[in-house]
Amino acid sequence: MSKPEESETFDPVDLFPEATEMDLRPGVDKCDKNSNCETVCPVAEVNEDFPGPKFQGPEQWRLTRKGDLEFDESVDKCLNCMRCDTACTNGVPLGQMHNVARANYVDNQMNHASREFLRNKMLANYGTLGKLGSMMPRISNAVFGLGATRWLNEKLLGFPSERSFPDFATQTFRGWWSDRGGDATSAERAREAREARGEDGEDKKVAFFHGCYANYHQTEVAKSMVRLYESLGYEIAVPEQSCCGTPMFANGMLEDARGVAEGNVDTFGSLVEDGYDLIATCTSCSMALRKEYPELFDIDGIEDVASHMFDAVEYLRVNEDLEAELEAADVDFPAMTYHAPCHGEVMGVEGIITELFADVDGVELDDTGDVCCGLAGTYGWKEEKYDDSMEIGAEMFEAFEEAPGEVALTECPMCSAQIEHGTGYEVKHPMQLLETALVES
Amino acid sequence: MAIEDDVLVIGGGIAGLTSAIAAAEAGARTRLVTYKQSTLGNASGLVDVLGYAPGDDAPRADPYDAIAQLPAEHPYSKVGADAVREGLALFDDAVGDGYLGSQSEANALVPTHAGSVKPTARYPRSIAPGLASDDRDMLLVGIDSVTGFDAPMAADHLSAVDVPFDVRGETVRFPKSFPQDADVTRYARALDRDESTDAGTVREVLADRVETVLEDERRVGFTALLGDARHEAVRTELQDWLGVDVFEVPTGPPSLPGLRLEDALYDAAEDAGVRITSGNPIVDYDADGGRVEQVLMDRMGSEVAYEAEQYVLATGGPVGGGIESDRDVVEEPIFGLPVEHPGDRYEWFADDVWGDHAYTTFGVDVDDDLRPVADEEVQFENLRAAGNVIGGYDFATEKSGCGVSLATGYVAGSEAGELT
Repeated sequence: MSKPEESETFDPVDLFPEATEMDLRPGVDKCDKNSNCETVCPVAEVNEDFPGPKFQGPEQWRLTRKGDLEFDESVDKCLNCMRCDTACTNGVPLGQMHNVARANYVDNQMNHASREFLRNKMLANYGTLGKLGSMMPRISNAVFGLGATRWLNEKLLGFPSERSFPDFATQTFRGWWSDRGGDATSAERAREAREARGEDGEDKKVAFFHGCYANYHQTEVAKSMVRLYESLGYEIAVPEQSCCGTPMFANGMLEDARGVAEGNVDTFGSLVEDGYDLIATCTSCSMALRKEYPELFDIDGIEDVASHMFDAVEYLRVNEDLEAELEAADVDFPAMTYHAPCHGEVMGVEGIITELFADVDGVELDDTGDVCCGLAGTYGWKEEKYDDSMEIGAEMFEAFEEAPGEVALTECPMCSAQIEHGTGYEVKHPMQLLETALVES
Repeated sequence: MAIEDDVLVIGGGIAGLTSAIAAAEAGARTRLVTYKQSTLGNASGLVDVLGYAPGDDAPRADPYDAIAQLPAEHPYSKVGADAVREGLALFDDAVGDGYLGSQSEANALVPTHAGSVKPTARYPRSIAPGLASDDRDMLLVGIDSVTGFDAPMAADHLSAVDVPFDVRGETVRFPKSFPQDADVTRYARALDRDESTDAGTVREVLADRVETVLEDERRVGFTALLGDARHEAVRTELQDWLGVDVFEVPTGPPSLPGLRLEDALYDAAEDAGVRITSGNPIVDYDADGGRVEQVLMDRMGSEVAYEAEQYVLATGGPVGGGIESDRDVVEEPIFGLPVEHPGDRYEWFADDVWGDHAYTTFGVDVDDDLRPVADEEVQFENLRAAGNVIGGYDFATEKSGCGVSLATGYVAGSEAGELT
């Protein structure tokens, strides 16, 4: 096109009107099909029949525009790790597109009377299941631990019998929190710590999104976070909350996710208004609130919640001089190997812990490198996906074998379940390491 | 409070990695911040310095001859030929024996997937037996289900540019079949693992199929998919089966030689002690009295400060995201650095696709220390630029992209490191 004559000058027009609802077109148009996303997809790596992220995202979107083609069922095989999102140099929102495509497939094409749908619905709504199980933790643990239960679960519901159900803590985190005196006790302890640290008058307040796992299963992680944050002068609020929605996104149940998102945005949004920052110890919970909510839903206050949501390690790295705090630390810890969760990588918070401890005496900390664990929340909990899940995890298992560490370290409770399952290692959360270094020493 | 380092490098491509390694080797505590995976997956993996000087019709035999004659605004003119040598030395050290070419300052000529010949200063070991200066006859092998490489066409193109050997192209079926449009990484993985098929292992069957079409050529070139993590083992085994040299022909994206280079450079950066932070973009800065005080990372809606004494801007050109344009203006988005460009946007490009497009040289102006300049004034005393964010050269036409990144990365990184 050459420069037009003066008489023919024109102003460019917008071909597509300003979007009033979620519009994937601008993202799709950024895709130049360089396929770099395909080189990082863990499913494509082990499953030859899986057309990778470029197909699941931009290509499915284009193909289904006219309404005469259905979504390809292979989208059900995407494990929602979002590594493609990180890989794309053109800023194509692949994770968002996969969530939308999967929801379309599940809503309109999946048989809602099938065993898979029922099982996925249970997995997606794990928050409810966990609540029931944790009411009678000892009985639940005994029943779920039975060989017969595992056999039945596989035959009837399609849960892999190879996996053992995570133990319920004998007391939920919320139970412990309330026995301890709730938010008021926390405010008091934090005030004392601020006084001792010479930080009188500083406003240090965080609201904790514990999600399901830290409440029903890994309660020690949440307790370590509490003791660590309070010792640094932070008062903690633990409001009533729902599941973050991660398992709902991953199973294409977007309306269920919208329900929990609305509740969580309402609760945590008003805490943000009151001056609280938000933290989570699980990187999938923090990613849901920070990235998936605003990408998928239009809820009043959602942007404020998203921008105030931090991973618990990241928050301290940004707001405290942890390097100076750690200089004085004297830690006697077994050698450890860190595994970065995919959702931590998406948020750019992976590996903060290895960097912090690189020069701390008494700590030997390697990492497994850039690999996906393969469990991906509910993915590895499906009988038909168990083999792929373990094959994806093989590279991580190998990395643990080769590294000198005897204890694993990761932020994600699902990675930690897969590490235990595949290597038998004991798994710790960075909050526990930091608590040992800064509170106990 | 800000996260503090001595040197902060913004950008995770070749220029950023080179700057960060140079700064760390100068003794500075160095952090590299990168938004996304680098664009090295789009790169051939070849490391060029200068293939064509302005006005050249034929490739340059010696890139250094031409460097002295480049126009004053060219980045090579700012840093000088010795900086190019230092940048390459840093590169050779970083990638070790995975790359060849350091024995000579002359350009090597590498056949590409399109059948052209690219002048280049360093090339991966897997590509070495394919050099066009070698007069042994050559067989190029395409895989029928891999669309990026048409071997008979590439062979015809090579013959047309009078390479000093006979070259033929043949197409074979891969020993395993994949769904349509499968990526090269799947083929590479099958070879890496030497997966089994009914007729034998993948490497074995592939060698058999090539043997039936091989005549008396002494070297065989495949599109670059011969393995990923174990690519040297794959290539060596194919050589053993076939009894001739085997090499790879570099491809377009996703390019395995580019991805392998990315891995090698990130490993080298980590070995040098560089701290790497990825996943979120740097979007803004605070300055005081002509010094950058801190830069701000957009953490999905909120900002986190990163502070250093010295900064290197290595965010790339218009493709890498370091230079942005809209209908009215072209500029560098983080520091708002101006980019010289015609006021009328119809003059940003030429009518002829292969013509002289103005946009190819868009980038920030720098002084001899690589500090960005606007209206002849250094903008910030502690900010340097490296790589394609710098304007004044057309890397695609000159075949100078990697060399400029290495030379300017070396200068910006080592000067920043020495000042801390």
